[in-house]
Amino acid sequence: MSQPITSAPASGGLPTPVPTGPVRLTINGETRTLQLAPWTSLLDALREYAGLTGTKKGCDHGQCGACTVLVNGRRINSCLTLAVMHEDDDITTIEGLGTPENLSLLQQAFVDHDAFQCGYCTPGQICSAQGLLNEGRAHSEAEIKELMSGNLCRCGAYVGILDAVKEVVDKQ
Amino acid sequence: MYPFTYSRATNVADAVRDKAGHKASAYVGGGTNLIDLMKMNVEQPAHLVNVAKLPLSKIEDLPDGGLRLGATATNSDTAWNEAVKKRYPLLNQAILAGASPQLRNAATNGGNLMQRTRCYYFYDVATPCNKREPGSGCSAIGGYNRIHAILGASETCIATHPSDMCVALAALAPTVRVSGPNGERTIAFEDFHRLPADQPEFDNTLAEGELITSLDLPEKGFAKHFAYLKLRDRHSYAFALVSVAVGLEMDGDTITDARLALGGVAHKPWRDKAAEALLKGQPATAETFGRVAAHVVANAVGQGSNDFKIELARRAIVRALKQAAEGKQEAGDMYLGGQ
Repeated sequence: MSQPITSAPASGGLPTPVPTGPVRLTINGETRTLQLAPWTSLLDALREYAGLTGTKKGCDHGQCGACTVLVNGRRINSCLTLAVMHEDDDITTIEGLGTPENLSLLQQAFVDHDAFQCGYCTPGQICSAQGLLNEGRAHSEAEIKELMSGNLCRCGAYVGILDAVKEVVDKQ
Repeated sequence: MYPFTYSRATNVADAVRDKAGHKASAYVGGGTNLIDLMKMNVEQPAHLVNVAKLPLSKIEDLPDGGLRLGATATNSDTAWNEAVKKRYPLLNQAILAGASPQLRNAATNGGNLMQRTRCYYFYDVATPCNKREPGSGCSAIGGYNRIHAILGASETCIATHPSDMCVALAALAPTVRVSGPNGERTIAFEDFHRLPADQPEFDNTLAEGELITSLDLPEKGFAKHFAYLKLRDRHSYAFALVSVAVGLEMDGDTITDARLALGGVAHKPWRDKAAEALLKGQPATAETFGRVAAHVVANAVGQGSNDFKIELARRAIVRALKQAAEGKQEAGDMYLGGQ
């Protein structure tokens, strides 16, 4: 059976706003139930309802990669998916990869290689790079460049980003 | 975004029934195109039926030697599937030439067929567009049309189909299996997408409420002699200006069977069967390739800003045919700079 999460719209035209419903999300290992509307993107749910502002809203159209998070270990753009579509999924954000006291290998490598200027794209870059590591298909610099092409850096810190990702890829 | 309701289907029958039960509803798979269009108010479904978690994600052998690609398998899982890499490397390369890893991880095979044009006027609700609002006019004709069609366009629409995957599929000729309110049926891939004619609002031949359940590839995969050549404004993460998918079978230097399809040039993935017939029985030479390429673009029409595509397509066809005949491409390596 289909499982309606919200009530059906009133007849005719666009539906009137419906009450939010409970959506159970597992974020960074913690299962939480948030009151969300169906049209809330996963990105907005993370930032505005779960209070996890590490994930950034850049273009909000899947073109820049700033909103990249890991869903079941795989990188996706959180702006182009709805929170209600991820009830049984395991979501990891930049906050779940490491802490200031215990940085992940990629986080430390980004610091060591000065792989950012303004830092706005960095959480997405690191989550994307973690997805790239999980996939295990990038080895050469050319492969890393191609498989990181979904993440734009307005400051142009690409040289440092490439060095940082390459360092961790080489350690794997 | 605007308000809408949502449900998640757990089997195909429920999905079809749920959609039929909601006016102005839509299926959503990965959502990578539909949700963007909803944010732009280009699409405004009142109800979404989530089909992403239907049990249609398998990629499995068919008794006839073909391969079934489940509709909800992601583009990534399809591209990297071992059977796809081994038997249909053209499909592997075309998928990897499109979008970004993040998008390919979310986007589904069914959704890839359903994605809509990236015509800038289609996306801009402040401008007339016959595809978005039938009868309102086409802003691209006489407007800025660098990314638009050179083949098969009409007086009402010059939009192009944006997919890379579908260009390879046009060459491989799978069957599209669908389920709908009136049961199941199959559609030949070449009949799935349509030309704009005087109804550009219809991208494809699906009936109301029909849901794609699988793409069934035939056995012949052109795994030895193939090429996917994609030409674009930047080296990665951009839509094709022109792309060419080629599959050849060779006996020595003679072409015994051929498939040829173009992307970025028409309202649908553009397979040219007459060009394929011209290749059969011919030697794999520059002269043959040049003659065939000239045939493909013989009826091409530029719209002003996209006139360059005609010559670009002609040369890309020659190059892709040469690459396929040489048989040097391998699954997975195109994206490293095969251009």
